[in-house]
Amino acid sequence: MVRTITGRPGNTNSPAGHHEPPAASLKLRVALFIRRHHLAPYFMLVPSIIAVGIMVVYPAVQILAHSFQNYGLLQVVGRQPITWVGFSNYSLILHDPEFWSSLRISLIFAAVVVPLTLITGTLVGLLLNRLGRKMSAFVSGAAMLAWATPAVTASVIFYWLANPDGGVVDWTLANMPHWLGGGAHWAGYSWTNSTLPAYTLLTVLLIWQSFPFIAVSVLAGLKTVPAELHESARVDGANSWRIFWRITFPLLKPIYLVLLLLSIIWDFGAFTQVYILIGPGNTDEYNLGMYEYQRAFTTPPSFSIASAAAFVLTLVLLIITVGYVRSSVRQGAIK
Amino acid sequence: MTQLAIPRRAGSRKRPVTRRARKAGLNLLGILVALVTLFPIFYMVSTSLKPSSEIETLTPHLLPSHPTLANYRAVINGQAAGIPYLSFLKNSLFVTLVAVVLSSLIAMLAAIAVARFRFRFRSTYLIMLLIVQMLPQQALVIALFLDYRSWNLLDSLIGLIFVYTAFALPVTIWMLRNFVAAVPREMEEAAAIDGAGPFKVFWKVLMPLVAPGLVATSVFAFIFAYNEFVFALTFLSTDEAKFTLPLSVQYLYSRNGADWGAIMASSTLFTIPVMVFFLLVRGRMANGLVTGAVKG
Repeated sequence: MVRTITGRPGNTNSPAGHHEPPAASLKLRVALFIRRHHLAPYFMLVPSIIAVGIMVVYPAVQILAHSFQNYGLLQVVGRQPITWVGFSNYSLILHDPEFWSSLRISLIFAAVVVPLTLITGTLVGLLLNRLGRKMSAFVSGAAMLAWATPAVTASVIFYWLANPDGGVVDWTLANMPHWLGGGAHWAGYSWTNSTLPAYTLLTVLLIWQSFPFIAVSVLAGLKTVPAELHESARVDGANSWRIFWRITFPLLKPIYLVLLLLSIIWDFGAFTQVYILIGPGNTDEYNLGMYEYQRAFTTPPSFSIASAAAFVLTLVLLIITVGYVRSSVRQGAIK
Repeated sequence: MTQLAIPRRAGSRKRPVTRRARKAGLNLLGILVALVTLFPIFYMVSTSLKPSSEIETLTPHLLPSHPTLANYRAVINGQAAGIPYLSFLKNSLFVTLVAVVLSSLIAMLAAIAVARFRFRFRSTYLIMLLIVQMLPQQALVIALFLDYRSWNLLDSLIGLIFVYTAFALPVTIWMLRNFVAAVPREMEEAAAIDGAGPFKVFWKVLMPLVAPGLVATSVFAFIFAYNEFVFALTFLSTDEAKFTLPLSVQYLYSRNGADWGAIMASSTLFTIPVMVFFLLVRGRMANGLVTGAVKG
């Protein structure tokens, strides 16, 4: 851990002068070699590099390779050899209207959910900052429980809430007065059978699941803003709207950049919630993640076409990730 | 949010009544936010306690009028899913705990390396971890499925442990690194000067100080592995006896004629441990995740 001895060349090269048996001197030699060349940290990284390499990086490379092959059911069972087919998988998905529809859904969904989540999270963060200690702990505790709810549970709950047979959402809407948009036509309304209602439900679900993280991050950021800045602005007669845009937001901009990019990555790549709420049946409601997953895991499986779509998804997320990493590094995440 | 538009400090000039009213307004808003946020969770628990006659109705009530544990009984004795709950719980705990221990061990080594040594490729390594963490699992699962098929790891809990260990590592290493870096290096140096070897320094000096951080990090790894859905769904597709808890919830849900009482009961049983863990580490949660962003 602490470098105290630096190896002397004599020790490693001539074991003859030592009393130790040859095995020990070999051990010693290795130890000194590691010390002399400062290799200890590299050895400590080896297990993590192997694990992440095999389980994460290697599959990512394979996706790229498979996307240029003809990997299907016959190739999996070994009936036919795997051959390279160039860009034909890409040209296939680029001519598939379902691919474009799934890409469009992913893009629009992210474009709607990301700002709504950031706004909700910010408002709750500002509220938490203004509340008393006990009240703030209560509200943030509630938010924490929403955050803690696993994606599977949250999706199942929201499906049940919006269920056409006995769901509380339809019942409430059916019993609401007309001027609030309610009415009997809501009774038994199915939220998952067409794209717009399904993604409305998913929007509420994803905001519910991710606003706590935004709120807690914004709150932590607000604590770093000197109180005097706000006070002097208030004395000068600025209202909260102006104070937020002129003082708080500029100071929290780096945090917002990170939160924005993380939210885009999460919402564009949303999968578990979409899988559970929409299910395999409704192909026209797939987002990009569902599209590539179902290409691989519904019969007949076409792993290569799925890999091409999966690579498109990965590439989009990688581009955003590079932005996220750059902004994290710029703020001194790596010291 | 109109309440926020009124300057607070300047309010000291105003009558205390307005200030109290504003405070009451804020508190009311806080309660409203908390209630809306808690509602889905509340309704999950409430549904799980309802007899089926109160669930299969077109006029739902918020609270069960005749609360019953029948749904929990059906889930636990296996009447609902065909397999007793204990089997799912055992699978989940086995996979999760082994993955947490493995990833904590591997991450500890890596965290000490990046926090205590300066070496070439150190930043590269850290940046690679950040990038790798963002790769979409529903994409990688395609290639991993084919690999697992040829490695005979499909329908195997061991196979899941490998994935969970690897995918928990990036966050675990990043979090642990901060905890290790927070321990003053001088303490280790003093122990080393007193003649303690590297392993003694690790166990007697570093470990006790990093332990709370290690607990927080393990909780994160636990939550990730315990909640994970995509890999479990893909790798354990055929053998119900191997299902983990999230799959058991989805399994109940995906069968025809969904029994919502049982689904909500198994969701509740599945979710409560995560919530307890979350509340336990809530302080660290905010810190650990945001420190990177707030710095500077």
